[in-house]
Amino acid sequence: MKDEIVKKHKEPFVRIAKRTDISPRRAWIVRIVAILLALFVGGVIISSLGHNPFSVYGELLKGSLASPTARRETIKTFVPLLGAAIAIAPAFKMKFWNIGAEGQILAGAIGASYFALFHSDIPHVPLLIIMFIAAAVCGAIVGVIPALFKARWETNETLFTLMLNYIILGIVKYLMNGPWKDPTSGFPKIAMFEASAKLPKVLGVHIGWIIVLVFAVLMFFYMTRSKQGYEIAVVGESEKTAKYAGMNVSKIIIRTMIISGAIAGIVGFFSVAGANYTLNENTAGGVGFTAITVAWLAKLNPFVMIGISFGLSILTKGSNTIQTAFKIPKSVAEIITGMILLFILGCEFFINYRLVFRSRKGE
Amino acid sequence: MEPVNAIELRNITKRFGNIVANNKVNLDIRRGEILSLLGENGSGKTTLMNMISGIYFPDEGQIFVNGEEVTIASPKDAFDLGIGMIHQHFKLVDVLTAAENIILGLEGEGRLNKKSVSKKVREISSKYGFNIDPEKKIYDMSVSEKQTVEIVKVLYRGADILILDEPTAVLTPQETDKLFEVLKNMKNDGKAVVIITHKLNEVMAISDRVSVLRKGEYIATVETKDTDPQQLTDMMVGRAVSLDIDRPDVKDPEDRIIVKNLTCINNEGVKTLDDVSFIARGGEILGIAGISGSGQRELLESIAGMERVKSGEVYYVPPKEDKKVSLIGKTPLEIRNLGVSLSFVPEDRLGMGLVGSMDLVDNMMLRSYRKGKGPMADRKAPKKLAETIVERLEVVTPGVFTPVKNLSGGNVQKVLVGREISSSPTVLMAAYAVRGLDINSSYTIYRLLNEQKQQGVAVIYAGEDLDVLLQLCDRILILCGGKVSGIVDARQTTKEEVGLLMTHLKAGAAE
Repeated sequence: MKDEIVKKHKEPFVRIAKRTDISPRRAWIVRIVAILLALFVGGVIISSLGHNPFSVYGELLKGSLASPTARRETIKTFVPLLGAAIAIAPAFKMKFWNIGAEGQILAGAIGASYFALFHSDIPHVPLLIIMFIAAAVCGAIVGVIPALFKARWETNETLFTLMLNYIILGIVKYLMNGPWKDPTSGFPKIAMFEASAKLPKVLGVHIGWIIVLVFAVLMFFYMTRSKQGYEIAVVGESEKTAKYAGMNVSKIIIRTMIISGAIAGIVGFFSVAGANYTLNENTAGGVGFTAITVAWLAKLNPFVMIGISFGLSILTKGSNTIQTAFKIPKSVAEIITGMILLFILGCEFFINYRLVFRSRKGE
Repeated sequence: MEPVNAIELRNITKRFGNIVANNKVNLDIRRGEILSLLGENGSGKTTLMNMISGIYFPDEGQIFVNGEEVTIASPKDAFDLGIGMIHQHFKLVDVLTAAENIILGLEGEGRLNKKSVSKKVREISSKYGFNIDPEKKIYDMSVSEKQTVEIVKVLYRGADILILDEPTAVLTPQETDKLFEVLKNMKNDGKAVVIITHKLNEVMAISDRVSVLRKGEYIATVETKDTDPQQLTDMMVGRAVSLDIDRPDVKDPEDRIIVKNLTCINNEGVKTLDDVSFIARGGEILGIAGISGSGQRELLESIAGMERVKSGEVYYVPPKEDKKVSLIGKTPLEIRNLGVSLSFVPEDRLGMGLVGSMDLVDNMMLRSYRKGKGPMADRKAPKKLAETIVERLEVVTPGVFTPVKNLSGGNVQKVLVGREISSSPTVLMAAYAVRGLDINSSYTIYRLLNEQKQQGVAVIYAGEDLDVLLQLCDRILILCGGKVSGIVDARQTTKEEVGLLMTHLKAGAAE
């Protein structure tokens, strides 16, 4: 009987083995191959719709980079994406799953909009500084609420931050329909900002792009070189170890979420004062969620986030162009974007593991 | 009659990345025999056995069971071949009974006949001399009962080749004796038994043959009756090692930590420490013995300020001073700044003292990162400290920027103890500092503890291996269910006495 059983046991056709020996160069080759594969699969989809993939891809790049206007629009997409990714980076490093950047951005936008709408008589620069601070404070308040609850009662921050998003969005809709409604308009919308509440432009795009790049550098050094950054890393790895080292874990969680929320709030300020010049329910527009992808792909490294946010911005902006140029539905562009993200995330598996195929004579 | 080989391994090789865990290992496992598999940490014992039990798949080589070449691709294949492994960490479902755990995952008829299962379990138990209640829930069981369930589980599935991975690590001496009785019964029944262990006295007591692995290579197999612990150690380490633990005499002991009537209650409202009183003195090593979970951890953590104390007092007496400082209500940081250092090595080695994903330098900073002005952390001094420790304690690591989780157990421990000692503490608490460590690394740790003792540090050492506690410590405090069941002079007491105190509270335990 046993013999029969024994014969059934063949070596599995494919096994998964962990690898530790991959060189950075090979890892990058794998990633580049993954992107090419994603573009190939995307190309197949485009061909099946009756278009030439090369011209579609070409148009996608042209639409986001070729003209000064296109470049400006791409940068405008890039700024909030990078900003939000930087905002969530310290929280994620701490394994505090802040998926509430969306709400924190909107809260910042509300704070900034208040001064833009009701105190536009303040001179230009002081007004902008006040808006900046108001946005940071509002974002920080929304960010710190789940942190307080987590520190005090160990509530689940994922649900908490997610739910707060909808509450803040509800507040924005209320403001649009009620107290802040533009009295000169029949539609439920908030009035455009006065000139004094608009961010100045540098090289054609609002000054926010310089500030987020500065944030990226600061955040890199904060996370890797500072004492507080070290505390964040330890808390993220093990709260017990942090306590053992004499760290005040609650304080660190609260402090980090203030920083995270404040940066997200400032992103909201950029969106209202630099891009839209008003506040509406699309001010955040899902950036808070896309930023999670950016942060993960970058492995929480702010410098890598710059590249990834830029790449995603090209795709987003370019997809608008191919929509109009080829009458390809926007969703197809989103499929391609999704494909690239999926392949990049998937290729990490092949960087960490390798497949071993059956080599021996299996009967 | 020539013993039949139950399993033959031929040129088995297994690699993880570029690390060779097993290199062309040959091994024979015979029926009616107990084989000890001996080797230092990272010598590939568990890896090798995991390949027999279907957890890993060998990269090269052949496995023969009963003389026929087989492929073992999953634990189920192993079971079908009659191979059962009892792992170090139990794999039982807490809320189920023993019988339910035993039949878990087995295919059977549509209806579950619990009575017949219980009957069969009882049959197996009485045959080999187990003591087991099939209807008892796992969460009501002691560690040794849980282990029994694991063993019966593999026997129930018809295993006749049993592999036990460090089965005695969690047992008291009495429980170990009982286990060995059972193993001998199995051997007499014609089963093949493999036992992985670090403890040489157990190897000598139980096994018929000993196979030694070193750094993934097969070294040799010897008959137990023809060898002695010294020879086995030399084979294992690859050079001559002294097996005696030094115990320098105590010089001018000074009271350093005074614990009075300490009681702690955990989140479930259970008393983890109950009216514990003792004194730890500078210049001596105070051992703490007890079955795991008797309050050792809580005791050390409450001294270090990490455990909420219900009632009682903990005082620290600074050296050469005539005052007492209460430690109750102080934060871990304040206590540490007084010179009371806890080098705690909890159940999972990297759980508390170190951060696994961080490199050596960052782990050095864990206690000292606040030093220096300004918001930026200084990494120069920690780097120097890491380099010193690597050099002085012979830590095997590719460099100081390697994440500590990539180091082997012994080296992780050296890094941790090295860091704690570097702050020149006046009280050094170490828990399970040598758990799972090989002989060589263990002796390095003992040497470090002795050095501290001779410098007048009060060393408190919670350990599991009674032989070591008896050789290393000056006094041993025994905990039983959170109470002090005795404080004995380690030079006078016997293993049996300590073992007894671990399980029973003795009225009027002697100081």
